Amino acid sequence: MIFQDKRYIVLFLAPTMLLLAIFLLYPLGQSVYYSFTDWYNFSNTKHFNGLANYRQLIEDPVIGIAFKNTFILVAGAILLQAGGGLVLALLTDSIKRGFKFFRTVFFFPIVISGTAIGLMFSLIYNYDYGLLNALMRAFGWGEQVWLTEKSAIYLVLIPILWQYVGFYFVIFLTGMSKIPEEIYESATLDGITGYRRSIYITIPLLRDVIASCLTLATAGALKVFDVVYIVTKGGPLNSSELLSTYMYTKAFNGQNAGYASTIVIAMMVLGIVITVALNRLVKKEAAGY
Amino acid sequence: MVNKGLRPGAAKLMVYALLVLWACTTILPLLWVLLNSFKTSDEILMQSFALPHQFNFTNYWKLGEYGNINIVKGFANSLIISGSVVLGVSLFGGLAAFILARFKFGLKPYFNYLFVICMLLPQFAVIIPNFVIIEKLGLNGTYLSVILPQIAGNLSFAIMMMTGFMASLPGELEEAAVMDGAAIWKIFYRITLPLSLPIFATVSIMVFLWSYNELLLPLVYLPIRDMQPISVLLSLVSNAYGTDYGAMMAAIAISILPLLVLYIFSQETVIKGLTAGAVKG
Repeated sequence: MIFQDKRYIVLFLAPTMLLLAIFLLYPLGQSVYYSFTDWYNFSNTKHFNGLANYRQLIEDPVIGIAFKNTFILVAGAILLQAGGGLVLALLTDSIKRGFKFFRTVFFFPIVISGTAIGLMFSLIYNYDYGLLNALMRAFGWGEQVWLTEKSAIYLVLIPILWQYVGFYFVIFLTGMSKIPEEIYESATLDGITGYRRSIYITIPLLRDVIASCLTLATAGALKVFDVVYIVTKGGPLNSSELLSTYMYTKAFNGQNAGYASTIVIAMMVLGIVITVALNRLVKKEAAGY
Repeated sequence: MVNKGLRPGAAKLMVYALLVLWACTTILPLLWVLLNSFKTSDEILMQSFALPHQFNFTNYWKLGEYGNINIVKGFANSLIISGSVVLGVSLFGGLAAFILARFKFGLKPYFNYLFVICMLLPQFAVIIPNFVIIEKLGLNGTYLSVILPQIAGNLSFAIMMMTGFMASLPGELEEAAVMDGAAIWKIFYRITLPLSLPIFATVSIMVFLWSYNELLLPLVYLPIRDMQPISVLLSLVSNAYGTDYGAMMAAIAISILPLLVLYIFSQETVIKGLTAGAVKG
C-alpha cells in the first residue's frame, strides 16, 4: 500500500527531524566552528583564533600520549577483540554440545555498563582489597601496586578488550551459520579437515564479515570513555589518557572548550581514516559462495 | 578444530578446555562481586574467594543514603530517564518509520541517507555544543536535559530497524481499510502498529540497555545529584565509600542485576538487536 498525503509526511516526520536538527546536526556544525575558537569555561565570549588550536594539537605532548594510547586500543580491539572472537567462534563451530551455553555466557559482559565493569576492575586492581593482591597473598607472593605510569594503559585495556570479545564472537558465529554445508562436504571429500578447514575455507568465506568487524572494532575503540574514566581518570600523570577522556577534561574542567572541540574533530577524522584504510585492505578481493 | 597429530578425543578436549576457560573469565568476576557483596570489608580482605559466612544484606541496606549517594534513588532516576527515552524513541521512530515504509515522495532517498549519517555519528561529536543548547532551551536541571539528546541519538537506529520491518509487512489489511474509508492515522494506529509489535519490543530493549548504561551524557548534562541515574552515581562510589568495599560490591551488583535478568529472559532479542545495531554511534 502506498500513500501520498503530504500532510501526514510532514506531521509524522516533524518530531524526528526537529530532534535530529537540534541535538545532532546543528551541534555538529557548531563543533566544527568551536574548533577554530578560544573559549574558556563556557563564558559568553569566544575568540576566533584560526588554526591556533590545530597547531596546539600537534604540539601538545598529552595529545601524543593520547594518540598513542588510542592506537594501542584500536590495534588491541582489532587483534584481540575481533581476532579473539573469531578464534572462539571457530572453536565453537567445531563442537556439537554446549554451543548455546557458551553463546549466552560469552555475551554477559556486553550487557553490563562500562561504569560497572570499570568499578569492578578498579576493585580487582585495588591495593588493599583487590582480587589480584588477594591472589598474590594466597600464593605467598608480595602485594603490588598495579596501576603505575607504565602499566596503567595496559591494565585499563584488559577490561575494555575483554568486554567485547563475545560481541564479535556472536557476529562471526552468525556469519558461519550462513556458509552452505555443501562446501564443507566437498572439502571433506578432498581431504581438507580440522584446522585446515578453518584456514582455507571458513576464514576466506568470512571476508566480508571480517571487514565489517574491523570497522566496528575501530569505531568502538574510538568511543571508549567510561572504563578509563572510572579506573584511572587518564592518570597517573596522563599516562593512560585517551583522546575521549582528554577531550572531556579539557571541555568540562573549566578549560578551553574550543580546544576540546578540536580534539573531537581529530577523533572523527582519525575514525574515518582508519575505517577507510581497513576497508581498502580487506575488501580488495571478495570471495563469493 | 581437529589437530592432525592429536587423537580426535584429545583435540576435542582441548577445544572445550579453551572455551570453558573463556567462560570462566566472563562468569567468575560477576560471581566474585555478587558473593563479596554479602561480606564485611574485613571478610573481603581475609577471604576474598570463600563463600560468605552468612548471606546478610547489610551492604545493600546501606545503599539508600550511604556517603551522600542514594543508589536506590539513582536506580529510580535511571528507570525514569531510560523509560522516557524508550517511549520517545518508540513513538517518534514509529511515526517516521511508517512514513518511510508506506509513503512515496521525492525526498525519501535523502531521508534514508540522513538517518544513516545520524546513526553513525558518535555522541562525543556533539557533546560540547549540546551542553550549551540544553542551557539555551532552558532544559538544564531537568530530566529532559538527558532524555531529549538520548532520544535524538537513538532515533536513527530505531527508524532504520522499524522501516525495514514495516516495509516487509503485507499490505492487504491496509488496502482493505482504505477501501472502508479509514483515515491514515487510524490505519497506523489500528493495523500497522499492532503488527509491528515484535520490532518495537526489540528496539525498546536495545534502547533501554544503551540508555541505562550511558555514562557520558548524564555526567555532562545533568549535574544535579538527586536526579542522576545509577551509572553516574556508580562513578562516584569509589571516592565516596572510601574503603567500604562490601558496599561498593553491593552497588555494582544492584546496578547490573536488572540488566542480567533482562538479558536472560530476552536473550535472543538482545543478541540479535545488539549485533544488528552494532554500527550505532
